[in-house]
Amino acid sequence: MSDGYNFGYLDEHTKRAIRRGLLKAVAIPGYQVPFASREMPLPYGWGTGGIQVTAAIVGPADTLKVIDQGADDTTNAISIRRFFARVAGVATTERTPEATIVQTRHRIPETPLSEGQILVYQVPIPEPLRWLEPRESETRKMHALADYGAMHVKLYEDIAIYGRIATSYDYPVRVDGRYLMRPSPIPKFDNPKMDMNPALQLFGAGREKRLYAVPPYTSVKSLDFEDHPFTVQSWDEECALCGSHDSFLDEVIVDDQGGRMFVCSDTDHCGQRRDAKAKPQTQPQVGAS
Amino acid sequence: MYVAVKGGEVAIDNAHRLMAEERRGNKATQELSLEQIEGQLGLAVDRVMIEGSVYDPGLAALAIKQAQGDLVEAIFLLRAFRSTLPRFGYTQPVDTAEMEVRRRISAAFKDVPGGQILGPTYDYTHRLLEFALAAGGNPPEAVTATAPVDRILPRVTDVLGRDGLIEGEPEGTGDAPGDITRDPLTFPAGRDVRLQNLARADEGFLLAMAYSSQRGYGHTHPFAAEIRMGEVTVSFVPPELGFEIEIGEITLTECQMINQFRGADEKPPQFTRGYGVTFGQAERKAMAMALVDRSLRAVELGEHAGAPAQDVEFILMHSDNVEASGFVQHLKLPHYVDFQSELELLRGLRSQPLHSTAEKMAAE
Repeated sequence: MSDGYNFGYLDEHTKRAIRRGLLKAVAIPGYQVPFASREMPLPYGWGTGGIQVTAAIVGPADTLKVIDQGADDTTNAISIRRFFARVAGVATTERTPEATIVQTRHRIPETPLSEGQILVYQVPIPEPLRWLEPRESETRKMHALADYGAMHVKLYEDIAIYGRIATSYDYPVRVDGRYLMRPSPIPKFDNPKMDMNPALQLFGAGREKRLYAVPPYTSVKSLDFEDHPFTVQSWDEECALCGSHDSFLDEVIVDDQGGRMFVCSDTDHCGQRRDAKAKPQTQPQVGAS
Repeated sequence: MYVAVKGGEVAIDNAHRLMAEERRGNKATQELSLEQIEGQLGLAVDRVMIEGSVYDPGLAALAIKQAQGDLVEAIFLLRAFRSTLPRFGYTQPVDTAEMEVRRRISAAFKDVPGGQILGPTYDYTHRLLEFALAAGGNPPEAVTATAPVDRILPRVTDVLGRDGLIEGEPEGTGDAPGDITRDPLTFPAGRDVRLQNLARADEGFLLAMAYSSQRGYGHTHPFAAEIRMGEVTVSFVPPELGFEIEIGEITLTECQMINQFRGADEKPPQFTRGYGVTFGQAERKAMAMALVDRSLRAVELGEHAGAPAQDVEFILMHSDNVEASGFVQHLKLPHYVDFQSELELLRGLRSQPLHSTAEKMAAE
C-alpha cells in the first residue's frame, strides 16, 4: 500500500460525504443524487464515479473484482484494480462469486450475484433523458413530475421508422415503478439481470457528479410496449472457447477475408466453464484420495 | 487458433517506462530542473496553478515536468493532488486596492489616479523571433522607476462608481461563498459559483467564448476599465485563535470590464461590470473571464439571452478541461460490448427490405 495517501485515496470526510449520498440513493431507488465529485488520479470518463463509490465503501476485509467489457484483463480494468491494490491494499480477484465488490464498466457478470455482494457501475452520462433534453434544469423537473412521455415517444418513433426499438445498450429502465434510470452503457442483454437482483447495485458518475442506486430485490423494468415487448440480443453462434449459447458474445475478426469468431465477453464465466469441462478427467483422482 | 489478449499488466508497465524514457529526452543534454521551469517558464506555471486550483509554483513546475510540458495534463495532475488535501477553512477576502501593483492599465481613461503602469508585458513587442535568445546570455537590467508606485491604488471602477455611472458591487451577504469543489454545481447557479467555475475554466474555451461575444453572439459592449497585476497578502482566521494572521502572499491578475447597459424595468441606463481574476500573470484569461462573466449576467439584467456565451448551463458544464479531456479521450477505452450490440442492431435493421416500414405506414 502506498505511503502518504489515506486508505482508499480519498480523505475520510469525502468518503463519508459519498456514503451519505449513497444512503440517500438507496432510499430513493433510481433517483440521481448530486455529490461533490473529486478529481481522481484517473481521468474523468475512465471510471472516476465508480472509483469514488468503491473508495467510499471498500474496507480492508473486502475482495475486489474489476471488469471492463466483462473482462478482467482489459487495460482500464487492470489499471483500476491496481489503483485499489496500491491505495487500499485490498485483495483482488477475477472470480465473481469470491468478490464482495465488483466494479464494472459496460457489463453485468454472467454468474448470478448473491446477497451481500455490491455491484458498482461506472456511469458516463447518468441522465436517461439527456439526448432528448440537454438541460439539467429541465430534466430534473421532468423527473420530479415523472414526466417521461418524451422517452415513450422516442421509442414509439423508433418502431414507426425501423419496426423495432433501435436502442441496443444503455436501454432505459423504470426503477421500482417510479424513476426512469439509465443503466449505464451495458448491453440491453444485461437489463433483465438488474431486476430483483439480490445484490446491491450502486452507480457513480464522477464527471457528471451523480450517484444512484438499485437496492437488493428491487423491480427494474425495461421500457417497452404491449405489442412490442422488450427482448434481448441472441446469437446463432456459440462461444468458440467454452461453447456457451446463452452468454453475451463478442465478435472477433480473425483475418482480412471476412472471417470472424465469437467469444464470451465475460472472461471469468468463460474460464469457469472451460475449467468445468476439463474437470471430469481430474475427478477420479480426487475420488481416489 | 484465437488466443484472448492477455498480458495487459506488463504492457501497461512497459508503456509507462517508454513514456518516462521519452520524457527524459536525449540523456546527453542536461535534465530540466524545477527551478528552471518555475523561473523561466513562469507563465506556464501560472496557468497550471489557476486551472489546477492550487497556488503552489513548485508543485505546478513538477506537474509541468512530469507532463512533458502538456499543460492540460499538468493541470490534471495538480487537481488530482488537490483531492488529497484537507480543507482547513476559507481565507479572508483579499483587497486588490491594496495590491502591490507591478502592472496596472486602464483602456477607458487616458490617465487614472496612480497612473498607468506598464510593468512586464509582451504588449507592443514586435513578434520577431529573437535569435539572440537561442544563443543564451543574460538580458540587460531593466530600469527602475524614479518614484515608487502608490501604496494604495483605487480601482478605476470605484472612481466611476462615485458618480453612479456604474452599478455598485453587490453587498456581501456574510455567507461563505459557494464552492463547486465541495458541493456539486446545480442550476440556477449564483454568480459566486459561476466566477469560481470560470476561474478554473480552460483558457482556450473561455477565450473562444469571450471572442464569440465580441463577434455578435451576445454582444456586451465592453471596455477594459482596469487590468492590474501584482502581489496581495492572504490572511486567515484560525478558529482556535479567533484573530487574523497573514499566511502568505500570492500574485493575482484582476480585470474589471465595464459594459454598456441600456436600462431595463426600473434600472436607469448605466455601466455594468464583468469580473475576471486569476492566479499569477494571466491577462488573456482574466480578460476573457470578465467578458464571459458579463455575458452570463444577461438574464439577470433582463437582456435577450440566446448566444452560447450567455447560456449559463452550456458554459459552466463545458468549461473544465480536466472533465472535457477525460471524456473526449475515454473513447480510447474498449467499447466492444456496445459496438457488438450496435452491429447486431444494424444487421437486424439491414435485413429488412428497404422502405418496408414507410410503405406499410403509407398503406395504413
